[in-house]
Amino acid sequence: MSKDVAVNPEGVVASPLLQVEGLTVHFHVKKGLSKRSADVVHAADDVSFSIRQGETLALVGESGSGKTTVARAVLQLNKPTAGTIVFQGRDLATLRRAERRAFMRNAQVVFQDPYSSLSPRMTVHDIVAEPLRAQGGMSGRELEASIVALLEMVGLGTQHQWRRPHEFSGGQCQRIAIARALALEPKLLILDEPTSALDVSVQARILVLLEELQTRLDLAYLFIAHDLAVVEAVADRVAVMYLGRIAETGRARDVLRDPRHPYTVALMASVPSPDPEQRSEMKVIGGEVPSAVHVPPGCRFNPRCRFRMEVCDRVEPQPHDAGGDHLVACHLPDDFDLAAAPEPPAAVAKEDV
Amino acid sequence: MATPAPVSAGSTGVFVDWRARHASSAAETRHNVRVFFRDKLAVVGVAWICFMIVIAVGAPWIAPYPDEGRGASHLANRFAAPGAQHWFGTDNLGRDVLSRVIFGARIPLMISAAVVIAVLLIGPLLGALAGYFGGWLDEIIMRITDIFLAFPAIVLAMAFVAILGPNLRNLAIAIAITWWPWYTRLVRGMAVSLRERPYVEAAKTMGVRSPVIVLRHILPNTLGPVVVQITLDVGTVILEVAGLSFLGLGARPPTPEWGLMVSEGVEYILEQWWMSVFPGIAIFLLVLAFNLVGDGLRDVLDPRMKR
Amino acid sequence: MSDLLEIKDLRLEFQSLRGTVKALDGVNLTVREREIIGLVGESGCGKTVTGLSVLRLIAGTQAQVTGGSIRFRGEELLTKSESEMVKLRGTLVAMVFQDPLASLNPVFTVGAQIARVVRLHKDVSGKEAREAARAALARAGLPADDAILDSYPHQLSGGMRQRACMAMAISCDAPLLIADEPTTALDVTIQAQILRLLLDLRAELGVAQILITHNVGVAAETCDRVAVMYAGSVVEQGTAIEVLKHARHPYTIALYDCLPHGKTAAELHTIPGSVPDLIDPPSGCRFHPRCEHAMEVCLTVKPEPTPVTGEHWVACHWAASRLASQSRGMTA
Repeated sequence: MSKDVAVNPEGVVASPLLQVEGLTVHFHVKKGLSKRSADVVHAADDVSFSIRQGETLALVGESGSGKTTVARAVLQLNKPTAGTIVFQGRDLATLRRAERRAFMRNAQVVFQDPYSSLSPRMTVHDIVAEPLRAQGGMSGRELEASIVALLEMVGLGTQHQWRRPHEFSGGQCQRIAIARALALEPKLLILDEPTSALDVSVQARILVLLEELQTRLDLAYLFIAHDLAVVEAVADRVAVMYLGRIAETGRARDVLRDPRHPYTVALMASVPSPDPEQRSEMKVIGGEVPSAVHVPPGCRFNPRCRFRMEVCDRVEPQPHDAGGDHLVACHLPDDFDLAAAPEPPAAVAKEDV
Repeated sequence: MATPAPVSAGSTGVFVDWRARHASSAAETRHNVRVFFRDKLAVVGVAWICFMIVIAVGAPWIAPYPDEGRGASHLANRFAAPGAQHWFGTDNLGRDVLSRVIFGARIPLMISAAVVIAVLLIGPLLGALAGYFGGWLDEIIMRITDIFLAFPAIVLAMAFVAILGPNLRNLAIAIAITWWPWYTRLVRGMAVSLRERPYVEAAKTMGVRSPVIVLRHILPNTLGPVVVQITLDVGTVILEVAGLSFLGLGARPPTPEWGLMVSEGVEYILEQWWMSVFPGIAIFLLVLAFNLVGDGLRDVLDPRMKR
Repeated sequence: MSDLLEIKDLRLEFQSLRGTVKALDGVNLTVREREIIGLVGESGCGKTVTGLSVLRLIAGTQAQVTGGSIRFRGEELLTKSESEMVKLRGTLVAMVFQDPLASLNPVFTVGAQIARVVRLHKDVSGKEAREAARAALARAGLPADDAILDSYPHQLSGGMRQRACMAMAISCDAPLLIADEPTTALDVTIQAQILRLLLDLRAELGVAQILITHNVGVAAETCDRVAVMYAGSVVEQGTAIEVLKHARHPYTIALYDCLPHGKTAAELHTIPGSVPDLIDPPSGCRFHPRCEHAMEVCLTVKPEPTPVTGEHWVACHWAASRLASQSRGMTA
């Protein structure tokens, strides 16, 4: 099923559900007594992307990439330093506190660790009831019926209602978290590494469940992950982040099969393949992700990039369209053959301090 | 697909529902009780405290000389050594020491109960608010807490009592005032880390209001360490009550408060040792019992051991 | 090539509040000199417990070995005294864990910690130990300068910390390294570096390795042989290609099918049921409740290892019966 373009019955291209433009989030870490000597953590810089109804956008990156910061900013858990977040046509910054609270019921979250995302002292019933009581104003039979319906939707029985999270497995807890997230009937679900803490066989079941729910409820997913195999299975579109900036965005098959940014290439090459006959594909890239306080000048990837040019040290590349809605932030020309270049040295580059 | 639970209609339906609802916490409580009972010393502590409560409540019927227990003197029988008639001997006014010790059991129990209730009402709530909201609320609450913490309990109690008059009620108030800040600080520290937990953030994104978050998510999860700390602190409260009464700042004669009894017997300690020693032992055993229970509770409620 | 380590029918239990956990139920594993073998399984299968038992690092009072043997170059380890075990930890068998931050003492510098290990096992001076630490860091791919030697663990990045742990592990030239999920806590690009390091250690120093992981890809990329564990025993063992591409055990097959590589969400396979409770495990073959090929015998008799070809063996009644009928078919 092609989800490339959302077209409503009149044949008009629908506007995206979530539109993020130039999102910048900086944190100030106090160093010493005065605020002037604070370190600035560039968690996210000039991040732009959009998600349409019913679509899955995967936000991919390693530690320090800023993907979690971006998700939290969309959820209004972090305050953006700059940029706009437009959700369902409304600029979130223009909403007053009470309005925002009601408005944000349309964007809900599922976290990575199933156990710590559920209050350990509450029963499953109360956990799922919480959003309904807080915003839905539901009570009595209506509430009980909704809870039962939600649990059934994620494959849990009503007998589970009265247990506590620690009595369940990781996969079941994730289901509870998903049921809770769906309680307010959101249009957008933000999934922060929802299967990273789960075993492979359990992961498969959760991904299947998420896929079913998406089709049934026409949900949009902002799917944060670092596991590219999972991303390939679930994403319609992918945005790759590095050190707070977007390196590459586009349709999943474009970005993953035909990456245009050296970091994406390195990322794809680092993923170990479970096929032992396809070995020695793992091309090791040297160095580590530098700290977000002292970002390298110019392109942030330049210390580790094997195609580094002189301009990369000075000028921060802006995303440009490499063809077919495939945006790349890199100074290399679009037709550059990234696969033909020589192997990078195996030794570790000294960490940039 | 499981059949949905029957929607409770009649009274039996409601009862069944209630049992199912609480099955999980009941099982957890049973498990906790079992773990607690593995600690033999803690069990001894609980037994002793229960015993103390029983004799405190039943003092009029248990004490061999209840009038003397309450304070009536019997000058003909001064300084009788411990023997068959008076197991703990008699004091300088001829009063049966055993009866006085029995009646005196009420005081530490009641005062610590009062102090505990007062402290629990104020301390944790302020700490949770300070820790969760941060900012200026945190600053104000913690600065007030710091001010109270800076006073040594004895000095504050002395000042309080000097102004308002020495009696047990004022003593209890003075002690409560010096104790609540510790709980504010304890709970604040926990609240600061708890507010970062994913389930709290999830609650925020669901639109749960802040006061509800503090009451339903933050406070209940601070319960364990608070209960442990309170139990251990009760011992110290009892010691403070005894100590301040010993100094003349709490109970007044003829109240059979143990610390006061020790103080009254001090001048006779060489010859008529039983006047001070028995109440002293009573204080020691009760404080020890609370400490043992507190240690036992820590094993049960310590989050490290869960999961 | 002789066996460096041979674990035979290892059984281990430990006491928990709810009852006796039968964590290991007859583990069979062999490690040859200079080879890398992957111990693959999901959470709760006992792979970490197996690794810890080799070095007897499981808390003594709670865990008990109830059967089996662990032989290192022919010598039985289970009967050795604690002081003998202390001598061989680090010199014959070394271990690296998942979280490098938890494995390093935060109040000592990296150089000091490695030097201390060296001095524990070798009679050298402080200066010589420091130089040995420097050499170990270099072999682990870290810059061998004073800056790193005098750094505290929190000053290093995750990847560098893991390299430091590896340096500590190889500092006394142990021929066997047990790596328990060494890359799980690391980013995927750093993971690639560490896996490359493991291969280099084998190539340059001849260090044999047991690589414990739940990530099939990691095992496929680095391991010569692979052993798959489920609920306390090894169900299949062989070369990486044999086990992963020509799997015989239903669990291995199902596990491989669950992997998302190259599939869309709709195409993902799942395994019905869930991992068993090891306090009251299923009788016979522990996988039978979830196995689509379960037969009568699977409910009562635990399957023994059956050879498939050469190195490859599988512990499964269904696989054994298939093999028997195949060989009958061939001779008929």
